[in-house]
Amino acid sequence: MNTQDLAYVRTKFEPARPAPMSNLGLVVWLRRHLFATVGDTVLTLLGIAFLVWALPNLYNFLIGDAVFAAENGDACRAANVGACWAYVWARLDFFLYGFFPADPYWKEQAGLFAEFMAQWRVNLVFFIGLALVVPLLWPSAPFKVVNAALFFIVYPVVVFYLLAGGAFGLEKVPTEKWGGLTITLIIGLVGIVTSLPLGILLALGRQSRLPAIKYLSTGFIELWRAVPLITVLFMASVMLPLFMPSGVTIDKLLSALVGIALFNSAYMAEVVRGGLQALPRGQYEAASSLGLNYWKSMFFIILPQALKHVIPGIVNTFIALFKDTSLVSIIGIFDLLKTVQSSTADLDWTAPTQAITGYIFAAAVFWIFCFSMSRYSIFMENRLHTGHKR
Amino acid sequence: MHTKTILTTAALALGLSITAASAGTLEDVKAKGYLDCGVTEGVAGFSIPDANNEWSGIEVDYCRAMAAAIFNDADAVHYTALNTGERFLALSSGKIDVLSRTTTWTMSRDTTLGIDFTGVMFYDGQGFMVRKDLGVSSVKDLAGANVCVQAGTTTELNMADYFSANAIEYTPVVFAGRPEVIAAFEGGRCDAYTTDASGLAADRTRFANPGDYVILPEIISKEPLGPSVRQGDDNWFNISRWVYFAILEAEELGVTSANVDEMLSSENPSIKRLLGVEGDFGTPLGLDKDWAYNIIKLIGNYAEMFDANVGPDTAMGLERGVNALWTKGGIQYAPPIR
Amino acid sequence: MAVQDTSRHEPQRSSFLNDPVVRGRLYQLLTVVIVAAFVWFIADNTAANLARQNKTTGFDFFWFTSGFDIQFSLIPYSRASTYGTAFLVGILNTMLVAVIGVFFASLLGFMVGIARLSNNFIISRLALIYVETLRNVPLLLQLVFWYFAVLKSMPGVRQSFIFLDGVVLNQRGLYLPKVVTDAQFAWVWGALALSIVAIVVLQRWAHKRLEATGQRFPVFWTALGVLVVLPLVAGLISGTHLSVDLPVLKGFNYAGGIGLPPELVALCLGLIFYTATFISEIVRAGIQSVSYGQTEAAQALGLRDGDRLRLVIIPQAMRVIIPPLASQYLNLTKNSSLAIAIGYPDLVSVFMNTTLNQTGRAIEVVFITMLVYLTLSLATSSFMNWYNRRIALVER
Repeated sequence: MNTQDLAYVRTKFEPARPAPMSNLGLVVWLRRHLFATVGDTVLTLLGIAFLVWALPNLYNFLIGDAVFAAENGDACRAANVGACWAYVWARLDFFLYGFFPADPYWKEQAGLFAEFMAQWRVNLVFFIGLALVVPLLWPSAPFKVVNAALFFIVYPVVVFYLLAGGAFGLEKVPTEKWGGLTITLIIGLVGIVTSLPLGILLALGRQSRLPAIKYLSTGFIELWRAVPLITVLFMASVMLPLFMPSGVTIDKLLSALVGIALFNSAYMAEVVRGGLQALPRGQYEAASSLGLNYWKSMFFIILPQALKHVIPGIVNTFIALFKDTSLVSIIGIFDLLKTVQSSTADLDWTAPTQAITGYIFAAAVFWIFCFSMSRYSIFMENRLHTGHKR
Repeated sequence: MHTKTILTTAALALGLSITAASAGTLEDVKAKGYLDCGVTEGVAGFSIPDANNEWSGIEVDYCRAMAAAIFNDADAVHYTALNTGERFLALSSGKIDVLSRTTTWTMSRDTTLGIDFTGVMFYDGQGFMVRKDLGVSSVKDLAGANVCVQAGTTTELNMADYFSANAIEYTPVVFAGRPEVIAAFEGGRCDAYTTDASGLAADRTRFANPGDYVILPEIISKEPLGPSVRQGDDNWFNISRWVYFAILEAEELGVTSANVDEMLSSENPSIKRLLGVEGDFGTPLGLDKDWAYNIIKLIGNYAEMFDANVGPDTAMGLERGVNALWTKGGIQYAPPIR
Repeated sequence: MAVQDTSRHEPQRSSFLNDPVVRGRLYQLLTVVIVAAFVWFIADNTAANLARQNKTTGFDFFWFTSGFDIQFSLIPYSRASTYGTAFLVGILNTMLVAVIGVFFASLLGFMVGIARLSNNFIISRLALIYVETLRNVPLLLQLVFWYFAVLKSMPGVRQSFIFLDGVVLNQRGLYLPKVVTDAQFAWVWGALALSIVAIVVLQRWAHKRLEATGQRFPVFWTALGVLVVLPLVAGLISGTHLSVDLPVLKGFNYAGGIGLPPELVALCLGLIFYTATFISEIVRAGIQSVSYGQTEAAQALGLRDGDRLRLVIIPQAMRVIIPPLASQYLNLTKNSSLAIAIGYPDLVSVFMNTTLNQTGRAIEVVFITMLVYLTLSLATSSFMNWYNRRIALVER
């Protein structure tokens, strides 16, 4: 018997057949994701109805009927006009720089470049910041340590001298004149730069075996976490002068910064503590068995792992901090929200949609910052997912 | 010495400012080279940043007058915008040297807050503003109305007193900041808006259609608005008080910024004393002999300040009324300089 | 091979500073001294400043007449009341917002959280857009938007939106009809209480029967029936008469009915929409934390869909959901202090702003305000600790 006949050995692949109709195609996708049950169908129809109603209105308000360019508010005062972007454009300087004095030479010149140069001090701050932040956040960019040192130590000093002036031939600008997005970013930056190290110290203190340090840290953390930020800011602006020796006065912005830094360091401490607690005991024991002292074991063994665990939590705290900067407007600091709010009383641009347009603009700016931070945190989380989770 | 320099530098870098605490306020001010003056967040005619973001107003002029008396330089002033909640602490903590911020002189403020009022730049009273189309002609018609008011002011208390004394039901709508009060009133949240009558006139100029609003005739309170200084420095108190008297005296004697140089050769002994030609009234205060001359030369007398900022020819359009000199039927009165 | 030297060497004595116990004590002593010095520094400065400024201090102001009016109060209050009463009004107003906010934010948050997990493409995307938009915009901005921008576009008093004759919406707020009851209505309340007791008993009995016999009893529908029928019958028998108090235009404003000031409405809307985004994320994470194996195991046991959710999935999800949920509730309460920006008379606005300004007692007022929030927070965290102990996994 010929062995060849006994078994049929296929020598080439059968072409793939199309998937069964019940798994494929738009219709099935629709059936599965939109019309699975009667209830689902109702919800879908409601959702579509909502979109059909909302999207055209939204489009008309934001773009279709909006006024993009106008010399004054007349065009925005016409009937049935949408957003008044011309007003945002006209007051953009105020929203970005507040009362920061423009450079006397460039103020007189015309053109976009001159407009840019009129605020070159603030713009320079923005650009240096951008130039330092991007490589810092880019995971594969080199010179991380140098970069971080520049950003966290050198940059704040540069920002201070560029804005405050009074040295290197720059005109002195008191902090009352700082404003707009500039001050929102400054408060955010200072809050981030100070709250992380402070928070780490507090978290270590709370985990400490030394009772005095442990209870002091715990008390500090719980106190700040218990009270609303607005009471902290009030206290900073109203009571800090009383706490200082007579003759010492504190800048309004500085007192707000102190309040925000302390407040957020307490939240940061709790996030970091979560990371510390998540580490198995073995890591602590391994560090001890290597003969590392407390600080060395913390810096080289424990913190790198603990912080990696809680990066999403840290970024969430940053996001919360950045949103909370808007509260300084209540104690009279002209941040982005306050500049927008005060400009809604601008008579030249009085129009039915003036206030709404202004607030939408401010919301969009905040949203861009917060949303990108949250996306970045998700990106980092995936990247750092190096197998410590099973 | 080095330690002190280092400490001061460090403090400056931190945004702290340290003033030599031992000396009197005048010495401190002279040492730092400018006067720290607390003003409003923006009340037209009183203290408001103008189109060039420079502060102007009758209360700002008072600060400038003080700087002129001390430095012979009206611009040696740093302004701090304060809300109602911060103003007294800013003064008593030493953040500012003088508070010139539409602040009503009341007994409890004078006696419990660690501050002293030195004069009355503007005799005011609390009034009400309503929308014209409401058809209201008296505060008494406001039964059931919503009234917008700023929190923590004497205005808030006067209103409560007045409505309760007249048994009128009403709803207060209270905001922490004046811009919010105005925005809420203009936005239609309230039927009426109450503050000092001068403030009403000031705010009306900033409405889109000022003609749509009327100020009701009733004035329900006394609101003497004046500058104040920290308690416990009698010399500084005297400077603040006599700067105020000097500008009144100048008006009474007919000395203006325009004719002050001619007046130097005046034969009137009162004018001679005021301008430092005869006698020396500056030195006891720690000022120059020609302190009042500098004020009048650089800023002007009371009438000039009034007319330039709140008078009939300005957007505020206020008459002198009780703010006229005592010689012209008002109650502004300065003791003699002699 | 070297013989190990068994004679004991005294270890070389190094500085006693290297003894961890001694060092620990030193560190603690140092910290305590620094903190104490700092506190003393502040206390001393404050005392000196207060003395220098000749300011009156103390808590006696609680019994002084306040002299100001408050727009919205749950207890009787007038200008003749004391600062103490104003303080209470503030606390109650804060609590009112907190209760309304917590209730509706939970409702909305759970709905959105479940919607995000829905198979329905449109619903889950809409929920995603809502969450990602509102979560990333500061609450204060949202409040200001609701209050100043949306309120401006509301109709004036005389042009109010009126729905069904009883619900009025205008720039001055939202007015709802109020049901006015008479004395006889007490019977209805009694019947309601009775029916609740009956339902509890019924449920116990049904549960026992299910355990014993495996037979189910339609508890839900029966309970609903009892809840409706009993009070209805009581109302009919007692002959109670209900009247409705409708809001009517009187003078400048609507009077009668339940009037909700726009400050309250705006504050609640802002807090609810903002907090619900966070709650929805918590709910989603909680449900996702229950592994699919649990669902399959429940199916394998033959549990019905409802029982599977009620007995297997939800209890496990709640363990993950409750702790962050409680902290969101606390956040909502703390965030209600932003009321000051839109003029709602909450604790911070009435006490920390108006009272502080009128009395000048900054330290006392700030101290008490913080104490109130601290108490709230400690109460919440002790509840959380209790709850966590109760639901902690009992491991072998």
